[in-house]
Amino acid sequence: MEAAKLPGFLARRLVKAVIVVLAIVVCNFLLVHAAPGDPASVMAGQSGAADPLFLEQLRRQFGLDQPLHVQLWIYLKSVLMLDLGFSHRQQMGVATLILERLPATLLLTGAAFTFAVVGGVTLGALAAQRVGTWADSFITVLALTFYATPLFWVGLMLVLVFSVWLEWLPSFGMSSVGVPMQGIEVVLDVARHLLLPSLTLGLFYLAVYARLTRATMLEVADQDFVKTARAKGVPEGRITRAHILRNALLPVITFAGIQAGQLLGGSILVETVFAWPGIGRLAFEALLSRDYPVLLGVFFCTSVIVVLFNLATDLLYAVIDPRVEVG
Amino acid sequence: MRDFWRRYRRNKGAVVGLVALLAVMFMAATAPIFFPGSPWDMAGAPFMPPGEMGMLLGSDSLGRDVAAGIAHGARISLMVGAVSTICALFVGVTLGAVAGYLGGFMDDAVMRFTEFFQTIPSFVLAILLVAIFTPTIGSVVGAIAIVSWPPVARVVRAEFLSLRGREFVQAAEVLGKSRMAIVVGDILPNALSPIIVLASLMVASAILLESALSFLGLGDPNLMTWGFLIGSGRSVIRLAWWMSVFPGLAIFITVLSLNLVGEGLSDALNPRLARQRGGSA
Amino acid sequence: MSLLSVENLTVALPPGADRPNAVEGISLSVDAGEILCIVGESGSGKSITANAVMGLLPKGLPITGGQLVFEGRDLRQTSPEAMRQLRGQRLAMIFQEPMTALNPLMRVGDQIAEAMQVHGAGANARKRVQELLAAVNLPDPAAIARSHPFRLSGGQRQRVMIAMALALEPALLIADEPTTALDVTTQMQILRLIREIQSRRGTGVLFITHDFGVVAEIADRVAVMQHGRIVEQGRAEEVLNRPQHPYTKALIAAVPHGASTQTAPAASTAEPVLRLSGVKKTYRRGGWFGGGVVIPAVQSADFTLVKGETLGLVGESGSGKSTLARCIVNLVHPESGEIRFHGTDLRPLSRSARKPFRQRVQMIFQDPYASLNPRRMVGEAIAEGPITHGTPRTEALERARELLALVQLDPGAMTRYPHEFSGGQRQRIGIARALAMRPELLIADEPVSALDVSVQAQVLALLADLRLRFGLTMLFITHDLRVAARICDRVAVMQRGAIVELGPTARVFGAPEHPYTRELLESIPGRAWTPP
Repeated sequence: MEAAKLPGFLARRLVKAVIVVLAIVVCNFLLVHAAPGDPASVMAGQSGAADPLFLEQLRRQFGLDQPLHVQLWIYLKSVLMLDLGFSHRQQMGVATLILERLPATLLLTGAAFTFAVVGGVTLGALAAQRVGTWADSFITVLALTFYATPLFWVGLMLVLVFSVWLEWLPSFGMSSVGVPMQGIEVVLDVARHLLLPSLTLGLFYLAVYARLTRATMLEVADQDFVKTARAKGVPEGRITRAHILRNALLPVITFAGIQAGQLLGGSILVETVFAWPGIGRLAFEALLSRDYPVLLGVFFCTSVIVVLFNLATDLLYAVIDPRVEVG
Repeated sequence: MRDFWRRYRRNKGAVVGLVALLAVMFMAATAPIFFPGSPWDMAGAPFMPPGEMGMLLGSDSLGRDVAAGIAHGARISLMVGAVSTICALFVGVTLGAVAGYLGGFMDDAVMRFTEFFQTIPSFVLAILLVAIFTPTIGSVVGAIAIVSWPPVARVVRAEFLSLRGREFVQAAEVLGKSRMAIVVGDILPNALSPIIVLASLMVASAILLESALSFLGLGDPNLMTWGFLIGSGRSVIRLAWWMSVFPGLAIFITVLSLNLVGEGLSDALNPRLARQRGGSA
Repeated sequence: MSLLSVENLTVALPPGADRPNAVEGISLSVDAGEILCIVGESGSGKSITANAVMGLLPKGLPITGGQLVFEGRDLRQTSPEAMRQLRGQRLAMIFQEPMTALNPLMRVGDQIAEAMQVHGAGANARKRVQELLAAVNLPDPAAIARSHPFRLSGGQRQRVMIAMALALEPALLIADEPTTALDVTTQMQILRLIREIQSRRGTGVLFITHDFGVVAEIADRVAVMQHGRIVEQGRAEEVLNRPQHPYTKALIAAVPHGASTQTAPAASTAEPVLRLSGVKKTYRRGGWFGGGVVIPAVQSADFTLVKGETLGLVGESGSGKSTLARCIVNLVHPESGEIRFHGTDLRPLSRSARKPFRQRVQMIFQDPYASLNPRRMVGEAIAEGPITHGTPRTEALERARELLALVQLDPGAMTRYPHEFSGGQRQRIGIARALAMRPELLIADEPVSALDVSVQAQVLALLADLRLRFGLTMLFITHDLRVAARICDRVAVMQRGAIVELGPTARVFGAPEHPYTRELLESIPGRAWTPP
């Protein structure tokens, strides 16, 4: 796309993103009201539901005696003021709770994402180049295997092998407790803790990216312009890099946008297995105590992250593919 | 049909997958015969390693037979996978067909709606739905169906959109056939292969999703599931590895075989594509 | 010594194909400054021959015999790396599909520059690119060089391909059906360009085509291929005017040519069947935040069709001829105008009110591979129209059987599926399906343009015969003026959504009034050649 059109394109995408975020808020609101029982007790969570004073305060705050559309308006306003409710159990605002835990999750998902994309595209490209050989079969089988394995089970098995049997890596938490450390030691300690969880979360997506890259590279390799490149004497290595891979990356980018949400969902499982102190772990704890405001907050927050990420992939796609115009 | 089977058989992995899948189905069907009684009942001492006290795969923290749990869990997994896929197909095919065939405004509206569902983190939504509507087999199936229809809608829409412009559909239009007759008689049969392939993959991912939900404690509390078995073995993994290893293998084998079957179906239904892939895999 | 000489070339097909070798015993030669045309129908092995010379055969098709000598060098003994060095420098190739032959993500200038850089001639690439683009007569070379391929038209892309092929002044240019996907006027421009460049630089050209008109236009010598073998070879005027081999004779006889064979059946006095006035159709593209592009597809196309006549609607792609045809059967809904069929305006009719007219107006489609439902047996496909309109099933199937005989197909075809038939046979099935409705008006949308010439001739003959037999009125859409001349009583020439000229075929082709008609006629390849 031409640079001149970028601001307009960005503006349209932003409008779309805002609409999606609003729709998510409405979705949350509807869930609270569709749940069996009194909306106030849902918003209070299990521990808060026994506290009549707190319930009364919630009823007043959200105007629960008023018509539905007024309630929706009040709810929308409060969410847009970044008030995601109050966790009675933790005696803290949901927004504060989530913000505290967010960096850990971003670190985990970011590491897993990088690992999955870099590893997956590399493996996929290798497999496509050696189509039909044992290396291709091996990569295909590897991808199929990870594709069919439950995430949380992979995590448990890695713990079993690397923490329990081999005792190489820590099996839970984000840093060693009670060991004084400073500077580079802290970073290395976190990295050691990060290794298993990010591997667990990344392996499945690595498989997905490997399969996708292999398939699209084979498809692109069949196209006419590759033959053109060959006919003008471009060396094979350059054909793969400059012509095939670049075109094959487009669907990969699209897919990265789509699966961002899945990655965050997967982090709930991984953080549960490894006691990683992120919002996934927070969601699991909230689940155990039926702390609905926190759950709703996590849902909202992860959705917003996905919307932002999609915005970024759309932009990247538009920069790479000149054919993207409007809409 | 014979052609179909011949092409399917060419994909070795798909044949293995089919055999494995049939074995899992057999296990599910015969669970009450080989493991009579409830899988929740105590069958021996707790934490018995595999092979001891007549329990092939060991026992859990309450002395329950892990093998019995796996056999009975197969019933739930397959059932949840199948039913939620059927529900998701129903929603997805309907919406996709409407969007693709009618086009224009309806297409825009349906696709925005689908995009929205694809944007929000589906697993988080599924957790939220099951948690709010209390974990029962119904809410689990419903939640899985709600988060898995969007890909169906997209595929069906794309197929309908391309088929609608094809000349044989235009010819049917010129012959004066009704819209319903064209959709059911001309478009749908030609859009069926990708739907079938997608369905087999959806059963697989539904099983994964169900196991993840019950791993987090969101399964129906009255039903024994694979995810529950792994979840209960998680905290005692240092003590009893078999509690989490075997149910996980069961999930792995089932999901893998469904994926392999899906690839075989894809090869058998789109012979042109299979040849392009070099036929090696 | 020849620039390129091919001796006894044999390329094997993978086991299980319909014949053992893709090509067999091919011998030919190209001299510097000469154009050799290889002509043949689809599947004759002409592209395989070209790819063998380039060293671009896919893995499944090995060369099993013969010699390829280029500039005194045995290409079969040349290493892959040395072959790569030759490609682009000494040997260059252009392809049939300009729309897909360029990398969509790379600027056109960069793609041409790449051809030079990979051979170590990247210095001054920018300047050279612009010179090359100017040499292939592209306007504003600097702007074109900065564009991505999707911004260019088919003709422009093909020019870019030629510029790229010529970047390092190769000794031999291989052109694989380079104008087949282009409109006639563009085709003529590209043919002239190739001719001009070739004579200016003394390049040898191996030109592959299926069209004898193109052969007549540019060939110095011709090799005719059939089923992987060369059946006849010689100087162009020899082969074109005095073909020796029966296959060449048949191919040349099948070429539709200038003189109209139709005699108009006293048209003007007959009753009008269809009258179009003021039909307008515009397409909108892009943006729901406003600012989309509005394309008028049909804007001024009034005509009357009288009973028993065949009106040809000719024009290039994008002229709106297919859209207009689709407006008549409401596959496309025009926003204004009248489409009167025996006096009734069809345009405002509802789906149900239109249904009775569906029987009386039928259509034949262009692509025989796409126009039949692959999952429906042929008999069912032909019978389903009448059944929809209330004919009892057995009666409809009985009629389908008769129709199959009428279009010269075996009644056994009833229970077979479309994929078991060739393109020409499928087109006959499509015709039978339309006739099953006993229509008065038949709309034929490019019914022969996807077929090989010999098959084309048969289908045209069938249509001409059926038309007389059933007294059909026909609207015949085609981009091929030679086909139009052969079958139409009158022709209407369309350009940019408007009919610019309409009249009896002989008059329009003999004494065209509109400049565009003249340009079209001058662009017919091999116009000067009258097949024997």
